[in-house]
Amino acid sequence: MDFSIGEDRQMLVDTLSRFLADKFPWDVRAASLESDEGFSREMWSELAELGVLGALFSESVGGFGGSPFDAGAVFGEVGKGLALGPFLGTLIGGKALELAGEEDALSNVISGESILTFADAAAVNADGSVSAPVQAAKAGDDWLLTGSKGVVEYLGSADQVVVIANDAEGEAAFLLDLKTGGAQVQDYKLVDGGAAGELQLDSAEAKRLERVGAEEIAAIRALGLVATCWESVAVMDVLKDTTLDYLRTRKQFGIPIGKFQALQHRMATVALEIEQARSAAINAAARFDEDAALRDKFCSAAKYTCGSVGRLTAEEAIQMHGGIGMTWELPLSHYAKRLTMLGQIMGDEDEHLSRYIASSQAA
Amino acid sequence: MDLDFTPEEEAFREEVRAFLAQKLPTRLSDKVRKGIRLTKADMEEWHAILNERGWLAPHWPQEYGGTNWSVMQKFIFETENALAHAPRVVPFGTSMLAPVLIKYGSKEQCEHYLPRILDGADWWCQGYSEPGAGSDLASLKTQAVREGDHYIVNGQKTWTTLGQYADWIFCLVRTSNEGKRQEGISFLLIDMTTPGIEVRPIKLLDGDHEVNEVFFTDVKVPVANLVGEENKGWTYAKYLLTYERTGIAGVGGAMAALARLKEVSKTAQRNGKPISEDPLFAARLAKLEIDMENMKTTNLRVLDAAGRGVPTAESSMLKIRGTEIRQEINDLMVRAAGRYAQPFVSEAMDEGFNGEPIGPEWAGPVASQYFNNRKLSIFGGSNEVQREIITKAILEL
Repeated sequence: MDFSIGEDRQMLVDTLSRFLADKFPWDVRAASLESDEGFSREMWSELAELGVLGALFSESVGGFGGSPFDAGAVFGEVGKGLALGPFLGTLIGGKALELAGEEDALSNVISGESILTFADAAAVNADGSVSAPVQAAKAGDDWLLTGSKGVVEYLGSADQVVVIANDAEGEAAFLLDLKTGGAQVQDYKLVDGGAAGELQLDSAEAKRLERVGAEEIAAIRALGLVATCWESVAVMDVLKDTTLDYLRTRKQFGIPIGKFQALQHRMATVALEIEQARSAAINAAARFDEDAALRDKFCSAAKYTCGSVGRLTAEEAIQMHGGIGMTWELPLSHYAKRLTMLGQIMGDEDEHLSRYIASSQAA
Repeated sequence: MDLDFTPEEEAFREEVRAFLAQKLPTRLSDKVRKGIRLTKADMEEWHAILNERGWLAPHWPQEYGGTNWSVMQKFIFETENALAHAPRVVPFGTSMLAPVLIKYGSKEQCEHYLPRILDGADWWCQGYSEPGAGSDLASLKTQAVREGDHYIVNGQKTWTTLGQYADWIFCLVRTSNEGKRQEGISFLLIDMTTPGIEVRPIKLLDGDHEVNEVFFTDVKVPVANLVGEENKGWTYAKYLLTYERTGIAGVGGAMAALARLKEVSKTAQRNGKPISEDPLFAARLAKLEIDMENMKTTNLRVLDAAGRGVPTAESSMLKIRGTEIRQEINDLMVRAAGRYAQPFVSEAMDEGFNGEPIGPEWAGPVASQYFNNRKLSIFGGSNEVQREIITKAILEL
């Protein structure tokens, strides 16, 4: 048994942590938030140079990591620094390229030259209806995609997007160049920072990613869940530490508010729950290479846990800060927003609890 | 990161399993599994079997009959015992008194008392709580006044678990009213046959006699029965409370209880379907199972840190969550039993009951167990006291 993340990964974590602290202070983040793209391309290039993007992929395709723990380590720092950028799209989309053996396309992503994202969930229409799954039709040697995807991270900045679409046999993955015709993008900002967009495809030409079928798609989604959970736990840690600092220094009734038992016991519960969430995230990464059903069960357990603990942590952090916790000015509120929205990404706690129940009942 | 046990640890697990398969009497494991009451003789029988193998007090130093097991080995041992439905080792002598004697007692005390714990000559009970000193233990009033070679003890202890069987009681007594309350407490060993001691049963809400009140009236205790120094007893008591408890989360017991719950939930019905398929029940069961998987890993993380000599106060978190999980299992068992949680045939919970079962055969003890296990969040430092410990030791508020 070994709960250390290993020397190499620790070095990566230290490097990334220092980089984000130096190059991504709060005012720089604020400027990125205001920018059209919702992140800084300059910082993205520097992250690529540091090897942070390469750490997400295996050596066989020009990376130097690629395990769930590597993804966890990187996303933990992303969470801690509240970094902005297409991290998740790079991880999931890039993993699809890795599995498909698309080394050239992936090397451009790892070097930061090409921005990649991942379009999975269907768009939801104004009347609340969910649009039909994107359909892939074969036309000669090409594939044409038709349909729409919703809330695709950093779609407006992306050069390429990995799209999940249905062909005659079921789900498959396609690589779409956003400069080609037939793809319409409507981009917008997100409540927790960054940007995303709605993607509408009308016979858009795309390349089918060979070797990426239903099983592989399930695996890359699972990897996205692991990364999201590790990011969530890191944000929880920041909220906990920040709130503890506040409880020690903020005085009311003549004493630090952390001396009040009503708050102490609630903080103790938050701290306990965060340790449970950390264990859940570790479990999801550690069980990743077991059979697919078990892997998905641990991923759903982790997403459920991080979702519910995340909401508790974010709400308690704001409540214990009082009015100041409601302000834009305080970093705390941005961490709370991010943590809450991480709960919404890739299926919320209820959805994953349902999946967990379904897999238990199927067993 | 690697959550697997080492091959050596897995080999040790096999050794423990083989021992349990061979030596744990089915009569005892059946009683534990079905929730039938264990007698004093049952507990002593199991102690003797463990002692024969040298596993009754594995956490003691080898010179006194312990093992040299790592924290992981101790954890594996405790977990496998629980999974096999072995009776729990009565902790008062082996896990509560002995570590204090070994750390703070005299050599003579260790040499006299420790072998008698192992061979079952002495059954110990704990004299900590008093009617006015529960969570606020330091306010205890039972007094020991020195007169020549004796202390004269007067006062009352309560919640004395299995005190009705005990030959000896280890007590926290007040030897000084000067200065801080904590600095006037001593740790005293008292022979239960001494004149002036009276044990009265307290009947609990499930009808069982598990705990007692113990009254002391002018009880003469030799000064030689003082452990360590006079007025230093609080330090010893606290040591006992923070003593490395690899089993505090009760992972093995919870795993065994959860397995039973899942088994039962496949046959118990709600609205004409197995209750495991009822959406509300299924959601609670799934949350419970997820919480437990998380706790197992949290527990291993704490043990791993402890094994590397990193002191942790996280055992308070494990105590809270471990007891919450057990109580949730108890509640879901009651839900699964539905109306049949209510019939109460006390004799059915004794060995050799030959009457007709009422309702599902497993449903008899579930309500009693639910009520009895409300104690879990109260004893051993209530879960609120554990939150106080987390507040001070971990959160530093």
